[in-house]
Amino acid sequence: MSSLFSDYHIWTALWATVRLTIYSAIGSLVLGTIVATLRLSPIGILRFVGTSYVNIFRNTPLTLIILSCSFVLYIQLGITLANSSDPKFADVNGFRLAVVGMTVYHATYVCEALRSGFNTIPLGQAEAARSIGLTFGQTMREVILPQAFRGAVVPLGNTLIALTKNTTVAVTIGVYELSAVLKTVTERDPGLLNLSFLVVGVIFVILTLPMGVAIGRLGNRVAVKR
Amino acid sequence: MSASVLFDAPGPKARRRYALLGVIGGVVFAAIMALVVWKLATKDQFASAKWKPFAEWSTWHSYILPGLRGTLVAAAIAIVIALVLGVLLAMLRLLSVPTGNSPKAIGLRAVTWIATAWVELTRAIPVLLMMLFIFGVLSANGHGSGNGPLIATVAGLSFYNSSVICEVIRGGVGQLPKGQSEAGRSIGLTEGQTVRQILLPQAITAMLPSLISQVIVVLKDTALGYNVLYGELLYNSKPATSLNGNIFAMLVVIAAIYIAINYAISKLATWVEHRLQARGRTTGPAAPDGDPAGPTNAPGVATGQAV
Amino acid sequence: MKFRATYAGAAAAALSLGLGLTACGGSSGSGGSSKEAVCKLPDKGPTVKVGVKFDQPGLGLKDGDKYTGFDVDIARCVAGELGYSKVDFVQSPSPQREKMLQAGTVKMIVATYSITDKRLKEVGFAGPYFVAGQSLLVSKDSKIDSVKGLAGKKVCSVTGSTSVDNLKKEQPNLVPQKYDTYSACAEALASGSIDAMTTDDTILAGYANQSQYKDKFKLVGGTFSEENYGIGLKKGAADCQKVADAIKKTVDNGNWQKALDNNLGSDYKYNSESNPPKTPTCQA
Repeated sequence: MSSLFSDYHIWTALWATVRLTIYSAIGSLVLGTIVATLRLSPIGILRFVGTSYVNIFRNTPLTLIILSCSFVLYIQLGITLANSSDPKFADVNGFRLAVVGMTVYHATYVCEALRSGFNTIPLGQAEAARSIGLTFGQTMREVILPQAFRGAVVPLGNTLIALTKNTTVAVTIGVYELSAVLKTVTERDPGLLNLSFLVVGVIFVILTLPMGVAIGRLGNRVAVKR
Repeated sequence: MSASVLFDAPGPKARRRYALLGVIGGVVFAAIMALVVWKLATKDQFASAKWKPFAEWSTWHSYILPGLRGTLVAAAIAIVIALVLGVLLAMLRLLSVPTGNSPKAIGLRAVTWIATAWVELTRAIPVLLMMLFIFGVLSANGHGSGNGPLIATVAGLSFYNSSVICEVIRGGVGQLPKGQSEAGRSIGLTEGQTVRQILLPQAITAMLPSLISQVIVVLKDTALGYNVLYGELLYNSKPATSLNGNIFAMLVVIAAIYIAINYAISKLATWVEHRLQARGRTTGPAAPDGDPAGPTNAPGVATGQAV
Repeated sequence: MKFRATYAGAAAAALSLGLGLTACGGSSGSGGSSKEAVCKLPDKGPTVKVGVKFDQPGLGLKDGDKYTGFDVDIARCVAGELGYSKVDFVQSPSPQREKMLQAGTVKMIVATYSITDKRLKEVGFAGPYFVAGQSLLVSKDSKIDSVKGLAGKKVCSVTGSTSVDNLKKEQPNLVPQKYDTYSACAEALASGSIDAMTTDDTILAGYANQSQYKDKFKLVGGTFSEENYGIGLKKGAADCQKVADAIKKTVDNGNWQKALDNNLGSDYKYNSESNPPKTPTCQA
């Protein structure tokens, strides 16, 4: 057990997983909101851009997207996201490239979560708001956005859970997060396999189950009763 | 976008503004695309030597098509297993938990409990982790090559998706009118018969679009097999990039294949959804236009998936 | 589509392979797209499964339905000497090699497989059939000429390899970069994202000799380690000595040299003190 912590640095790996989750979640929330704005805008070309983005990246495996970040962004285009004379350059750069890949992929889910929030609002709500003389800004602030956010809470939460689990894919480009522990153990010390799967598995259950419960509760509380 | 909760029908002034924004947006978008293309071109990524291999049959015959076969085979096996397992789990979880101390009741309680634990655990643990573990066990016993990678890939995919399908079906049953099960019981069917003959067929039909969308998730997740040395599209095409030094070109081609297949499936799911709606049924959402994180947003399903 | 040089090459290879087929009648799993196989297999005999690399240019590379490289040629020559008439090549990724031998998935592994004490505990080896050494590959116009010159430079190797750590002892200020394949390193080197890659000189020479990198790379710094490539066998394999003898024969009849020149280029300067290995032995 102790070698799992000393030789395979499980705490370091856990910390990497947590940071990957947080950065990618923030990134995809921002990018996803932008894409959703494009997709919901009344302007044809912007809508086309938003829709294409979603169709392209949602239908591509995350493994492929993350590999592309490493192979295309960095190896081919020479885009580096870290100080290249830093001795830890490769680790930092790889980690940030993984965040980019995670962000690009999950932004499509954030976009669709937000869009579904808007889609749950009956048209009558907007018509009623306009007919009592509210301006566009007031309609948004007082009527549409509050309902849209409530409708988007559960899908957004589900995306967060999926994102947490998907951080494991970063091992594909050599980021040392939790699944990398399992991969390394398989190659170097198969005797530790059961234990490391147990530990890593339990960590993920601890990370995701409470999220699920919290989202369920929150979803019920904010649900718009219709 | 004829009617939207966000925007009223535009008047002449708004139309002018939209046109202007459209032009600006188009220019910005075109500029970004041009920058990307230019960047790639300066790095010689459009050199004919990098793309020529795709005009040769051997590239398809030896690398891409066998890889595509690997992807489709793993996905197909996983879907079948997940469906069977998922329906079984759903049946177990739909039965009301018996009380009492008879051995039968205790046994049934245990089975239901195991089913619940299985569903919660396989949904909480990342698919890749399950694949790596199963592959590790197989590899330690000397099955790291041959069928080992396929078994690990398929097992990881079917475990996870069995629980997703179970929850999709439960969600579908939850949407059915309560009268359905009451009617079943009142004509003398047992609880098991009611579930099997009345509830499940209706729930599966109603959730068909969601189930079809789940196929996309499975297909995309076969790419995780790359990490357990399974010969899916990515892994099988890798030697070709060593041969031709064209990783970028290869990734573009593979992405195009995935997008084409998955887009077609998502269109199928939408079509089925419309068909069912036209027949006056309530349906679970197909992913593309209805629901972001896929079928897990069906009522009664708390956690999500989006791999 | 125009008739191109590659087509002509492929056609020539197909032709020579065809002649080989009519001459020997029934050898298969052999041949290369641009280079013909060094050794012909006998007419009759059993089939053998051999593990090689599929993505290592110059050593073991899957090219369509064919396999090329020094390791592939050595495997074929040894198989021929042992009386096999057909070789089935199986991909053997580095971390899986010992397990594949133990499970009997393959009979032999010829895949830049160094004989080490640790591995000898799990598998047997016949060899060496080549003595490689760690070296550096840089772009043609690079000023790096030794390990010392790597300060602050990005040096690439693959995950699970200790090559970069060896260099770090001599030049602590280098910046390590690891990918899952050497081919990724080579592409990164060609595009200028990294400054050097390091591993066995055979592997590096394989890339330097590959058509798309021709005249783009150079090997520098000499060799500074000894990697004894052996043919991996199951522990206690009965015909281990026969394999060692077959290696010896391949060296003596000139096929070894032919395989080396064909695959790694005639201007590849290998360690000529230890090569060709004088006494391939059996360590089962």
